[in-house]
Amino acid sequence: MSTYRELLSQVKDEIDEVDAVHARELIETGDPLILDVREQDEWDEGHIPGAVHIPRGNLESRIESAAADRAHSIVVYCAAGNRSAFAAKTLEELGYEDVVSLAGGFTDWKRNGFPLELATGLDAPKRARYSRHLLIPEVGEQGQLKLLDSKVLLIGAGGLGSPASLYLAAAGVGRIGIVDADVVDESNLQRQIVHSTERLGEAKVDSARQTIEALNPDVQVVAYKERLTSENVERILADDWDVIVDGADNFPTRYLINDASVWHGIPVVHGSIYRFEGQVTVFRPRAVARDGAFQDARALRARPSELTARPADGDGYGGEPGPCYRCLFPAPPPPELAPSCAEGGVLGVLPGIIGSLQANEALKLALDIGEPLVGRLLLFDALAAEFNEVAIRRDPDCPVCGEHPTITDYIDYVEFCAGTRELA
Amino acid sequence: MTVVRIPPTLREQVGGERQVEAEGETVRDLLHDLMSRFPALRPQLVENDDLAPFVNVYVEGEDVRTREGLDTELHEDSTVILLPAMAGGSV
Repeated sequence: MSTYRELLSQVKDEIDEVDAVHARELIETGDPLILDVREQDEWDEGHIPGAVHIPRGNLESRIESAAADRAHSIVVYCAAGNRSAFAAKTLEELGYEDVVSLAGGFTDWKRNGFPLELATGLDAPKRARYSRHLLIPEVGEQGQLKLLDSKVLLIGAGGLGSPASLYLAAAGVGRIGIVDADVVDESNLQRQIVHSTERLGEAKVDSARQTIEALNPDVQVVAYKERLTSENVERILADDWDVIVDGADNFPTRYLINDASVWHGIPVVHGSIYRFEGQVTVFRPRAVARDGAFQDARALRARPSELTARPADGDGYGGEPGPCYRCLFPAPPPPELAPSCAEGGVLGVLPGIIGSLQANEALKLALDIGEPLVGRLLLFDALAAEFNEVAIRRDPDCPVCGEHPTITDYIDYVEFCAGTRELA
Repeated sequence: MTVVRIPPTLREQVGGERQVEAEGETVRDLLHDLMSRFPALRPQLVENDDLAPFVNVYVEGEDVRTREGLDTELHEDSTVILLPAMAGGSV
């Protein structure tokens, strides 16, 4: 039987302690995991920059996800150096070989005037709402803040836009723009789950806005009750979007989105569906100015928040430029060859699958994590329950994103059922 | 014989089949065989004796335009996918 004092003193004899000056040297000269084991409210009031927060009560269960490598050095701290002493002991029992506890804790760190990072801003309700994101190391609090600060433009609030908008809204994408000129009609409800029977006759953008705001009040919906055209595309894109989710139902809009996104340096998550089959890909070509001069996509889009918040290991906007839609299909098919409208149709769940895959890609782009579907066209066959993938390459002769662009202004194709013809 | 995957938008032209077999040592021969049996496919696949700009042909998951084009060689067990542009999203 021992008292707290005796136990603490015994533990402190068994672990290594450093003072604030030495801890700062370790942090500046090496790459230790800085581990804060205090409670949430203490963390919120300020912590050591770059620290990972795992309250001591969760230490054993969550340390693996922060440091799987037992040889990785760890500087652990709390407020005054006592809880961190017990944490260091636990870490050693778990096999971590190089653990030091900050004697004097965060109090001593502050007293030395060393750098602090203040709470980043997720309040308690947001922490509860996004708790399943916060538990994923690749998202976490920084990632969630990024999502809340991100802006995704959806073209179409229909079959693909429905699941995409719902999942992006639920995930906490801060601003969602929706471009759609249609009203909700009965034939939509077999698959367009963002709408409902009681909204029949309402504008789709208004209907979608109501559903999204009911789902997540953190999301700001920007509704564009209009059809995307060469007349309005510049105005809509001027609202500073990070990602475009293309769920358009016609070729003129798809080519318009492509050309605009190349000139604005905005990645497009492309999805299309027909009967039982769907396709998804991400077009993230290099950005080209409209006069044909190349621009670096990152420079074109750089904002201070992105430059500081981008994790070093992400692919994100710094990845190799991929193909654009015109690299895949330089021009739309002539109207007489496109399947007639009456032959169309789609299994109701198919846009649910494809639109959800688009949301997945959009979230990855916004978070700058994982491998986006750049240069890969994913094909899904619902009847066979089969995924296939084909490679799409950047075309150096592409009329829009190639070396010598020949298309430098918007083209209005005339829609003819599912087919198109260039306006004379 | 090579298996050719027919996309949903072109199934009408081949009697509703999801895939058909065709013969040819190159993509050109294979398309020739295909189009002679299913003439309705011709305008969907070729324009001015070349592949139409609104369709892609994949062999082993690679666009033939990035390989030898219509001269891309095929093998017994090659998988060929025809892929025309598809616009549907919300209609």
